[in-house]
Amino acid sequence: MSVVVLLLITGLGLGALYFLAASGLSLIYGLMRVLNFAHGAFLTLGGYLGYQVASSFGPESNSWPVFLLSLVVGAASGAMFAAVVELVLIRRLYEREIEQVLVTVGIGLAAVALVIGIWGSDARRYPAPAWMSQATNVLGAQVPNSRFVCILAAVVVFAFLSLLLGRTRYGLIIRAGVENRSMVAALGIDVRRSFTAVFVLGGALAGLGGVLAGLYNASLSPGTGDSLLIFAFIVVVIGGLGSVRGAAVAAVTVALLQQFANYYAASGVGDLMVVLALAVVLLVRPQGLFARSVRIA
Amino acid sequence: MNARDEPDHSALSVRNLDAWIGNQQILHSVTFDVGEGVTALLGRNGVGKTTTLRALLGLVRRCGEVRLAGDRIDDLPTHAVVVRGVGYVPENREVFGSLTVAENLTLAARTPHPDLDTVHQLFPELRERAKQAAGTLSGGQQQMVALARALINDNTILLIDEPTKGLAPRIVEEVAAALRVAAARTPILLVEQDLAVVETLADDVVVIADGRVAHRGPARDFLADQAAVTSLLGVGTREVTPS
Repeated sequence: MSVVVLLLITGLGLGALYFLAASGLSLIYGLMRVLNFAHGAFLTLGGYLGYQVASSFGPESNSWPVFLLSLVVGAASGAMFAAVVELVLIRRLYEREIEQVLVTVGIGLAAVALVIGIWGSDARRYPAPAWMSQATNVLGAQVPNSRFVCILAAVVVFAFLSLLLGRTRYGLIIRAGVENRSMVAALGIDVRRSFTAVFVLGGALAGLGGVLAGLYNASLSPGTGDSLLIFAFIVVVIGGLGSVRGAAVAAVTVALLQQFANYYAASGVGDLMVVLALAVVLLVRPQGLFARSVRIA
Repeated sequence: MNARDEPDHSALSVRNLDAWIGNQQILHSVTFDVGEGVTALLGRNGVGKTTTLRALLGLVRRCGEVRLAGDRIDDLPTHAVVVRGVGYVPENREVFGSLTVAENLTLAARTPHPDLDTVHQLFPELRERAKQAAGTLSGGQQQMVALARALINDNTILLIDEPTKGLAPRIVEEVAAALRVAAARTPILLVEQDLAVVETLADDVVVIADGRVAHRGPARDFLADQAAVTSLLGVGTREVTPS
């Protein structure tokens, strides 16, 4: 029983990271049809800048206020980096899919090189309050507290995105744009402005995810973003392009499948199961579990 | 350029409009004006009627001169053209299926006080179905949403593309009645295949053939000329029913 509880909560924590990476990615592709391979770079840079700011406080770096500050810095730097990428590079490449892939892959590679150049290739221990490295007993399972923080952050982000998409005019524009962006423009709405905002929002969520990935793993390495990006893409495809609810359900499903298969079968089987699940979804419901059939317009 | 081709201060004035889809040129030097009432844009399938409307909105690559109430709009992006006062009802409705009826209208409203009264007067069903997802509506109801999105704003012109396509006769009458009300206050450029509807609504016609304007003039005169109708719109492809 305690093993199941531990796997369940740890899986939910991992799912939270997948969700933070995948939700922005999903909205960006859903609205803009941009396959953003630079999303992992937003995550890595957000995580490292959060780390840098937290570390600069020396002995105070393990305090709660500094940890909260690192979350803000991670999200803000992810957002700023995303804004620069969209305004300087992506904006010129709408409707040019091959160039988008080349540019975003290039940004991803350059960002990893930049991080290695500044912080080195070895993993850095992520500063966090002592409570994070302790465990809480849940039905006999000793669950690391950092998992609860990741889950809480993802729930807050999900609630925020649900409110944004469901209750605001801006959310209405995003939801309509995911369905048919040329018709949104034909209603007199500057959909390109929404593109920038969604890109920035996605970058902020990725940057937040970077800090939480450092917390979850207790360390941060230059490859953190790219390793999460692979699973984030799988989550986006399974959940349905442009669907935040789909991203949430798929993130939890993928993470739990991974955790349980890795434990009860053998290490590595979880990744195989996730790829098989992706194949099944692509064969049975190619538009994903929660997406309407997307029109390319 | 003869006197008829000089830009005037009609609601919409189009001069030498060329348009492309991909690398294929669809429109060649299209010139016409839209004044008061309804101007029907006619032609066989695939001659460029829908492309003309999309080119006016900047949804396809185009060049030429387009004036809205005298002001050039051909250098503006789509959203800016619409904000200047162009209402658009696309072919196949293109309502946002995952949004409710009310959300579709909210999204389309360009002012804080859209004309919902007129819309609900014309289509009372939309008030009853305000919370229903537009994707679950019938074709006729979706057409009402598409029309309502254009009619809630105060426009200089309405571009309406085949609003009766695929609708039951009763709904066609309802849509035609709504267009008549709309035309009383806003000029309409109407693409329409049903010549009975054209006959009851249109004041003028512009006929396109092979991407070029083949005929311009009063609707009544054109429709009375059976030889021209047959030649320009195709034999056996139209069914003209008495109104």
